[in-house]
Amino acid sequence: MIDESVIQRTIGAALGTGGEFAEVFVEDRRSTGAVLDDRRVEDLSSGRDRGAGIRVVSGDTTGFAHTADLTEAGLRQAAEAAAAAAQGGGGGTRVVDLTRQTAPRPNEIRTLPEDVAKATKVELLNRADEAARAEGSDISQVMVRYGDNRRRILVANSDGLLADDDQVRTLFAVSCVANGDTGMQTGRESIGRTVGFELFDIYDVEDLARRAARRAITKLQAVPAPSGSMPVVIGKGGGGVLFHEACGHGLEADLVAKKASVFAGRKGELVASPLVTLVDDGTMSEEWGAYSIDDEGRPAQRNVLIENGVLTDYMWDHLRARKEGRPSSGNGRRQSYQHLPMVRMTNTYIGNGADDPADIIAATDRGVFVAQLGGGQVNTATGDFVFGMTEAYLIEDGKITSPIRDGNLIGNGPEVLTRIDMLGNDFEMGHPGTCGKDGQGVPVGDGTPTLRVTSLTVGGTAA
Amino acid sequence: MSSDSDILDLARRLAERAEPGEQVEVTVGRGTRTTVRVHGGEVESFTSATSHGIGVRVIADHREGFAHAGSHDPDVVDDVLAEARDNASFATPDDHVGLVEPDGVEAVPVDHWNDSVVAYSDVDKIARTVELERRVLGGDPRMRSVRTAVWSDAAAEFALASSAGLALSSRSTSCSMSVSGIAGEGDDTATGAGVDAARSPDALDDDKVVSDAVQRATELLGGRPVPSQRVTLLLEPRLAATLLGIVAGSLTGDVVLKGRSPFADRLGEEIASPLLTLVDDPTDTRSIASDSHDGEGLATRRNALVENGVLAGFLYDGTTGRRAGAASTASAVRGSRGLPSPGVQVMVAEPGDGTYDELLASLDSGFALRSMNGLHSGVNPVSGDFSVGAEGRMIRGGELAEPVREITIAGSLQRMLLDIAAVGGDLTWLPGGTGVPSLVIGDISLGGR
Repeated sequence: MIDESVIQRTIGAALGTGGEFAEVFVEDRRSTGAVLDDRRVEDLSSGRDRGAGIRVVSGDTTGFAHTADLTEAGLRQAAEAAAAAAQGGGGGTRVVDLTRQTAPRPNEIRTLPEDVAKATKVELLNRADEAARAEGSDISQVMVRYGDNRRRILVANSDGLLADDDQVRTLFAVSCVANGDTGMQTGRESIGRTVGFELFDIYDVEDLARRAARRAITKLQAVPAPSGSMPVVIGKGGGGVLFHEACGHGLEADLVAKKASVFAGRKGELVASPLVTLVDDGTMSEEWGAYSIDDEGRPAQRNVLIENGVLTDYMWDHLRARKEGRPSSGNGRRQSYQHLPMVRMTNTYIGNGADDPADIIAATDRGVFVAQLGGGQVNTATGDFVFGMTEAYLIEDGKITSPIRDGNLIGNGPEVLTRIDMLGNDFEMGHPGTCGKDGQGVPVGDGTPTLRVTSLTVGGTAA
Repeated sequence: MSSDSDILDLARRLAERAEPGEQVEVTVGRGTRTTVRVHGGEVESFTSATSHGIGVRVIADHREGFAHAGSHDPDVVDDVLAEARDNASFATPDDHVGLVEPDGVEAVPVDHWNDSVVAYSDVDKIARTVELERRVLGGDPRMRSVRTAVWSDAAAEFALASSAGLALSSRSTSCSMSVSGIAGEGDDTATGAGVDAARSPDALDDDKVVSDAVQRATELLGGRPVPSQRVTLLLEPRLAATLLGIVAGSLTGDVVLKGRSPFADRLGEEIASPLLTLVDDPTDTRSIASDSHDGEGLATRRNALVENGVLAGFLYDGTTGRRAGAASTASAVRGSRGLPSPGVQVMVAEPGDGTYDELLASLDSGFALRSMNGLHSGVNPVSGDFSVGAEGRMIRGGELAEPVREITIAGSLQRMLLDIAAVGGDLTWLPGGTGVPSLVIGDISLGGR
């Protein structure tokens, strides 16, 4: 994207005030999106963002500047601003030799979305709309969204690293509203992968639309959710959000270092049920949170965070790892060139257990079965977290019975981890998600088999 | 910063390239921002940045398309126009899409530019943020650490020009400070945050930011779940604003016309307690979010949403107004990366009587809410159902009692509005620009042990 010698001189300028570490991150992102809503294709949009973020580290201080001006003069100006902000002592000249590094790609992109006619993308929207509406007259509204983006990045730093990546992601989502005697209910389904337009060779948008519509229609019969503490069974695919919130964020080294995590200082301890082995894996082929290199140029890795209940390691970015004198775990990510990288999850999952999912339901006398989870949120300092149920049912006498209305589940991470007493053998990845932290959103994936938590607080309205 | 006339020129020149039968609207933005994060008495990061943006909307043959870019380079700008035209050609024809035309309403002058933000030195920003962290740590013996103390300031310029004859530009400055503290006692930990935003550094209230963070973190220590029950809820203004903001969002033209609002067919009906009057009023210059024009360039105006409990109106931009057979209410909001859509600009709930403490004293029992989380997953604005994680204090005999954590509160927006039992007289202008007093809401489900 930019000549290597220009990058080299920019790093030199960034080190001009004596910083110990300098990095240039260049990004060129193109995105297209289309929305069909209320039977109309509308909101067709395209975006182009390119620029560079330059950071300089001096002691414990990071100076950061970004610019959309990718000329050598523009980069130099940003480098000097970052260097001034880092306020290192004493000037100096350092020439850094850059060595291009290659990392394996999680998968090859077969059809670049930019090579596909917009008419073909629009056609997908129409097909999904028709399929959703054909599920029944209760469906009063359908919104279908298509989006793709291609993000080319280049990272170079004063350790001599030079690496690049070409990341392509494609997303399709359907939201339906069903209208019945009891008011309106919603159903949503989405697919997203780190692939090109071949996403639609793998997935059928009509099938996706029908599932979203059926979910909304089913919920028209929903009874108020119970409230209070009870056993909760979480269906395959969905449970990843639980671990993302209950412990994933608390295992991010930046929060651990600030003692803003309940898991600080607990490495080597039993922190979860021995059934739990938690992995964060940026190399998972085609998954929403996968990449070849992270946004600091480090190859993605498979990192085991909890093994048989024992906390084995945290997740690391360059800065935190450097302080501890260890390598980064490939978890340094940023929303765009306008943001500083920090420790982020990729694809976070719990592998298969031994239980038949049917046995898990049958073994639960009274409780809630959550077929689909919405987003969640955690306070890492206390471990208190919530996450939403967007499709859930009562369990009565070991059987799944009435659908229940949307609500949140609430719990405390360290407590909930020890309360997982059954783990299914039906592992599946969940829906594509966007994880937010300090105002930055990045794509993440998660997955689990069916699992049971002996007690979680369900936030319903029924007595 | 240079004069804003060059970005208005850029917008004008591009809008003038509209071909016969075509409408073109261009927005151009430019800004600078600095952010200081402090941890452990040291600057953790210092960010200084400039950014550029351009967005182009094209309407031709009743089809609308949009494109944006983060650069004002001439080749990029040409691409953006071409992409917006191309995108329009794939949209479904819709008689209602189109640009707005000036409607004769006079704009209220709003000046949000303050040179003191631009002149404020980096040294002062750092010193003030270090002091913020220090004071939170020293604010109570139980304060253990500060996750982040952040200073942020920005100066932004904006221009809009359209082939319908609108051309305007504006500029604004802002600054904010926030801090998140962690308190501990034994094995127990709790967090609390303080935040303030203003148009100039002098107007920020450091003392309040510090005391909010310290008090919110320490008062929840020792909190535990209580049994599930139905409670009367006492909401301080910032939390009342969150819940009323979700209601106001369901009164915008887009969701109403597309059947995604529980209030869509209820104009003129009593949807709330007669104590509630809710308006959207960007002309109220007491708000930091006040503005003379909306996102499509129309002069802003006061729009009543709920008057004494009766649903009084919805908010429209140009397209949704035409679709509803009404006019735009000058309620277009937009980011630089998308089409305008109708939205809430400055929500104001008109005050009733009594301070927060007087409302508290009037309650024999209840729950004083201190924080909600999981709003993005726990509130369904279509059905109106909500269920969120909550923390707070029980109320007994008109006084705050034990701290409570790890519970949920749940209900429906529809029911909650009707159950408003008191509206305080303590109208408070929040950092986000909304003006809301304290509220008392009867009969909410609290889910706990």
